[in-house]
Amino acid sequence: MAFITANWSPLGDTFYRKTELYEMCWTLRDGFKDSLVAAAPYGGPIAVLREPIRRSPSSRPQLDIFSASGVSIASLTWKSGPVVHLGWTVNDELLCIQEDGTVLIYDLFGTFKRHFSMGQEVVQTHVLEAKVFHSPYGTGIAIVTGSFRFTLTTNIEDLKLRRLPEVPGLQEKPSSWLVLSQDRQTKVLLSVGSEMFVLDNTSCTAVVPPGLSPQTGSIIHMSVSFSYKYLALFTDTGHLWTGSAHLQDKLSELDTKQTVTPKQMVWCRRPQSQQPSVVLMWDSLLLVAGLSNDTIQFALDESSVLVGEMDGVRIVGATRQELLQEVPLVCQDIFKIASMAPGALLLEAHREYQKSSQKADEYLREIKEQSMLGEAVRQCVDAAAHEYDPSTQKSLMRAASFGKCFLTDFSPDSFVSVCRELRVLNALRDAAVGQPITHDQYKQLTLQVLIDRLVYRQFYPLAIEICHYLKIPDFLGVSRVLKHWASCKVQQKDLSDEAIARAVCGKVGDSPGVSYSHIAAKAFECGRTELAIKLLDSEPRSGDQVPLLLRMKRSQLALSKAVESGDTDLVYTVVSYLKNEMNRGDFFMTLRNQPVALSLYRQFCKLQEPDTLKDLYNQDDDHQELANFYVTASYKEQRLETRVSLLQSAVDEFNKARNDFCAKATEDEMKLLRFQRKLDEEKGAGLQGLSLQATAEVLLSLGLHKQAEQLYRDFRIPDKRYWWLKLTSLADKGDWEELDKFSKSKKSPIGYLPFVEVCMKHNNKYEAKKYVSRVTPEQKVKAHLAVGDVHGAADVAIERRLDAEISAVLSRVSSSDRPIIERLQRAAAAKK
Amino acid sequence: MAAHLSYGRVNLNILREAARKELREFLDKCAGSKAIVWDEYLTGPFGLIAQYSLLKEHEVEKMFTLKSGRLPPADVKNIIFFVRPRLELMDIIADNVLSEDKMHSPREFHILFVPRRSMLCEQRLKEQCVLGSFNNIDEYILDLIPYDGDLLSMEYESAFRECYLENDQTSLFHTAKGLMTLQALYGTIPQIFGKGDCARHVANMMLRMKREFAGTQNQILPVFDTLLLLDRNVDLLTPLATQLTYEGLIDEIYGINNGYVKLPPEKFSQKKQGEASKDLPIESKKLQLNSAEELYGEIRDKNFNAVGAALSKKAKVISAAFEERHNAKTVGEIKQFVSQLPHMQAARSSLANHTSIAELIKDITTSEAFFDKLTVEQEFMTGVDTDKVNTYIEDCIAQKDPLIKILRLVCMQSVCNNGLKQKVLDFYKREILQTYGFEHILTLNNLEKGGLLKPQTGSRNNHPTIRKTLKLWMEDANEQNPNDISYVYSGYAPLSIRLTQVLARPGWRSIEEVLKMLPGPHFEERQTLPSGLHKKRQQGENRTTLVFFLGGVTYAEIAALRFLSQMEDSGMEYVVATTKLINGTTWMKSLMDRPESQTA
Repeated sequence: MAFITANWSPLGDTFYRKTELYEMCWTLRDGFKDSLVAAAPYGGPIAVLREPIRRSPSSRPQLDIFSASGVSIASLTWKSGPVVHLGWTVNDELLCIQEDGTVLIYDLFGTFKRHFSMGQEVVQTHVLEAKVFHSPYGTGIAIVTGSFRFTLTTNIEDLKLRRLPEVPGLQEKPSSWLVLSQDRQTKVLLSVGSEMFVLDNTSCTAVVPPGLSPQTGSIIHMSVSFSYKYLALFTDTGHLWTGSAHLQDKLSELDTKQTVTPKQMVWCRRPQSQQPSVVLMWDSLLLVAGLSNDTIQFALDESSVLVGEMDGVRIVGATRQELLQEVPLVCQDIFKIASMAPGALLLEAHREYQKSSQKADEYLREIKEQSMLGEAVRQCVDAAAHEYDPSTQKSLMRAASFGKCFLTDFSPDSFVSVCRELRVLNALRDAAVGQPITHDQYKQLTLQVLIDRLVYRQFYPLAIEICHYLKIPDFLGVSRVLKHWASCKVQQKDLSDEAIARAVCGKVGDSPGVSYSHIAAKAFECGRTELAIKLLDSEPRSGDQVPLLLRMKRSQLALSKAVESGDTDLVYTVVSYLKNEMNRGDFFMTLRNQPVALSLYRQFCKLQEPDTLKDLYNQDDDHQELANFYVTASYKEQRLETRVSLLQSAVDEFNKARNDFCAKATEDEMKLLRFQRKLDEEKGAGLQGLSLQATAEVLLSLGLHKQAEQLYRDFRIPDKRYWWLKLTSLADKGDWEELDKFSKSKKSPIGYLPFVEVCMKHNNKYEAKKYVSRVTPEQKVKAHLAVGDVHGAADVAIERRLDAEISAVLSRVSSSDRPIIERLQRAAAAKK
Repeated sequence: MAAHLSYGRVNLNILREAARKELREFLDKCAGSKAIVWDEYLTGPFGLIAQYSLLKEHEVEKMFTLKSGRLPPADVKNIIFFVRPRLELMDIIADNVLSEDKMHSPREFHILFVPRRSMLCEQRLKEQCVLGSFNNIDEYILDLIPYDGDLLSMEYESAFRECYLENDQTSLFHTAKGLMTLQALYGTIPQIFGKGDCARHVANMMLRMKREFAGTQNQILPVFDTLLLLDRNVDLLTPLATQLTYEGLIDEIYGINNGYVKLPPEKFSQKKQGEASKDLPIESKKLQLNSAEELYGEIRDKNFNAVGAALSKKAKVISAAFEERHNAKTVGEIKQFVSQLPHMQAARSSLANHTSIAELIKDITTSEAFFDKLTVEQEFMTGVDTDKVNTYIEDCIAQKDPLIKILRLVCMQSVCNNGLKQKVLDFYKREILQTYGFEHILTLNNLEKGGLLKPQTGSRNNHPTIRKTLKLWMEDANEQNPNDISYVYSGYAPLSIRLTQVLARPGWRSIEEVLKMLPGPHFEERQTLPSGLHKKRQQGENRTTLVFFLGGVTYAEIAALRFLSQMEDSGMEYVVATTKLINGTTWMKSLMDRPESQTA
């Protein structure tokens, strides 16, 4: 414990510390000699390209990719052209910028992804220098060419090359330059001797850093902070100028007394920095220059690379890696020698408590007297988050936990979440995983990105553990991991389809949000169609299965999956695909095996392709439907011959379908049509298309009784209906004489009440009365009432003594007609 | 605006609001002024979701009906097509787009498919070379539309026909999707019962879709305890019978469409002093019918014979309320009276409307023709002479009564007799073809295919067994103060509702035999709930069942279910969902084929 401040160095009124992160796992033969090195921020991977410029044709450069802890991830021999610069994208992809302007993109595992060019002119002029930079738009690249022109792109995913304006009079390589991302603009800042220029899209502007006296010499190095807010300039006289990146204010100026160009110069700040600094590195010296003109000097015993982070600088050496950062304020409060901050006292109290010393109580009392216990706990928790060493973390957390015991209403949330986060961070920092990120970086990156990074590096088990541990909802956490894992798994060429499918289905199971079709699509991309089909079997969403199956030309399977889904639109889609794909015979055969698809296709044909419909029915020997089809078709025809011949076809089909009734009915219709035409021609009766009944009606109204009679016989119209027909027709015509004759032609099969009623309908009471007497006794009351003969009705009703009839009459008698009412009432009473 | 949706046991306004939100989001996606081109079929269902005012708020300035040719001029930035995914409509849209004047200031096109977008249709648009002309192609998932506080309808007219005649199960897919949406809003329904092939299919799809949605599962306490899926073809009889509830009769006689009825204007003329009475309005009176209207909510489900009494009682209550003003002495009392005035005036105009409607209906129900028809129907339902040619039907044909009436009766006889003797069937068919025309042979074939009309096969007529076991006929139905669901048809208890009733108590196991006689399988499925969502039921708390009628439901059946919900000891409340609200006439129409109309 006492040694915590051992690695602290004062700088102005604050402290800096250098924490060892790793003994590097790699063994580099000559350190970074003759190598291009690129180390990604946020504890990202490190790429080392040895001897990028080939000395002889026999020696090829070697490209190695390591984790931040130096574990080798990939190693390959460089076979392309000379590389000028290496850099990492935000997605952990390696950019190799070649002399000829070609940019090759490799993934973390050294697999070539794609390439693009920084412009045609570069092929001739060559890239002198290149820089990879990050901005809100993504990862960008800027180059300066042999003709001293700058070209840049702000996002390599959406490549738009911008050639910046010429710098007037520039005849040599700029002595230093960098890319600035300010106010949503990307600019290049460059120095030529003691002059400085800003290049934006359209113009080149000379600028002068405020307060930089001309005699300080030419600017030979410059550096911008992580957030693009601050700028540091180094001159050949050893002066270091710092100020805002807008070149509006000056922060400090310092004479480093070093005149050699530093190998690297990096800003070292942290959120709420007390004393930001610039770290400069020479061959064997590391200089931390604070803004208060105070400096710290470290001796370097090996060649190193500086990696700027948002809250410090990592120093990657051949054998070890350290983190240089300003000591967070809360840590200073607690660990500063003789600190009386509440957190420090609490830590002390807990230490005494462990020793079973009563001093624990004294310390606690002291904190409590100032009512600072809550603050003390908070300090310990916050400090723990910033500590790298697990045992320090533990002692702080224990102290916090100890202090918490004496508080009643202290929310445990921050304590619990820091505990959890530290566990995750410690797991990530482990050399095997090699992601040395600080708590601040973790907050900045977000957990989501962190898990993605783990997944990308194929640390699946750890990723899943973290998801479970932090209780991330499955579809945001575990499922995403599994999805990536499965997509990766299907690419393993050494395993059989069967084994992979089993492994994937076993692991993924029914995990929500994992799309089997997505995995299957990956498998298909890798040329493993069989595997893809196996995987698709587990996909619950048929909507996703079908398009992929079609793409894989498994149309039959696609069809059955579509049918299974119940989504008719999907079925239609497959069917229309099949229709174009197959010859007609095969297509029909396929449909035959899928009744659902077949009926849907029939529906489609009914509206769109009637002829195909016929073929379908024909193929299935569906005579009934075929007959219906012909019937329908017959109505679309104007010409009688065609209609009749279509109906004949219908008759044939009805016969084949053993539907005797329909066959007969259709034959009758043909007969009727012919009959109608004959009469239409002879008499111009206009019968075509009428029903049998309507035909007879027209005939009767035209007085063609003989022909009507013929219909009656030929078509065996039932007597009853014929009588009704004739009755109404004659009445409609007002041919009462004929009606009378007709009523006497034989006994009416419908009785005579209809005669009464029909006559009344035509307001012919006189004729109606004629028939009343012939009505059967059961209907007589009704008949009398129909003609309005209440007395007659009453007589019959009284005679027949039926309640219903009596009350029917009663309801019609006018109330003034007392005698009848009384008679009826008496009759009704007598019955009882 | 739609408060009546939230009065029920289940707040269906949630569903409506979800639908409205989605509509607003889509409209906002097309920035600027817009005109909507409507697939006419959709305007009715949409009216239940959003009035014109909502559209107007989102810069909809014009509305057109979809038809071929050039779009009418409109100075708007966006043209939005609201259409069902049908190929013939795509052709019209393509025609619209292609004949658009290119020189004119460019208008942006969008399509909103209701209820679901279709690859087939998009393919068609592509073939017509217009797919690229659309800035937005979207879908508006509108499966179940809240129709009233306890009623959801898909307003999918052709569902029965598609399922049973054409073997096209599109409507069932939408049903399953709709039920998934419902479960997303109201929680997973733990128990599913069903009867019939379509019911089985829907349940299968639901269980399958549940797997698709796994993980995004909602943590909502289930509102519905049970889902009952019923195929319409399990009970073909009920829709054929004439409904005798107030609402049922309005529907039978005037037809209720998307919640609106159009009535003959004569009875509704505003009789103001000094106005000539001959100025009768020519346009028919359009009324919205739902439980938002208090009086209607009270009388809609009554047997029509009990409506008169209810109306006169209400009239007394209202006039008594108006009399109150004489008792109001203090300023406070008068103020209170005045504050109630709008409500009372609304009640009075509602009473006037319904009195007029009741008078209109009464003219019909007291007619001899209506009585005769009802007598025959009841004879069939009680099994009197169902195996012979019925003289009443014969006479009706001879007098050329409307074909649909004939078809309803013949089908009813067939269903009640478990098929007709070949001779009887052939007789009816021949009569129909000779009288109404040969073209109806297609309709007859349809009815046979749908099982509504069939020859008696060797097996015994099992309808009497079904009738007796399920007590489908109640001799002493009490129309005024009902004690059994049979009041809705004055004696006949709808089979579908009996099945529902038995399911609740004592359970279907008691009627296994009958269930086997009815078409299609019956089944039970359970959906596991996420732990912690199991309902802790209060003592005496009612359970809620969602009854889904696949292929349509009648107002009388709904009335019967509402009656069951209100029965004190039933312990069950019902919410009704259906593909479409039907009656015998609309149903029959949907099954008819008219080949001639195709040439037009």
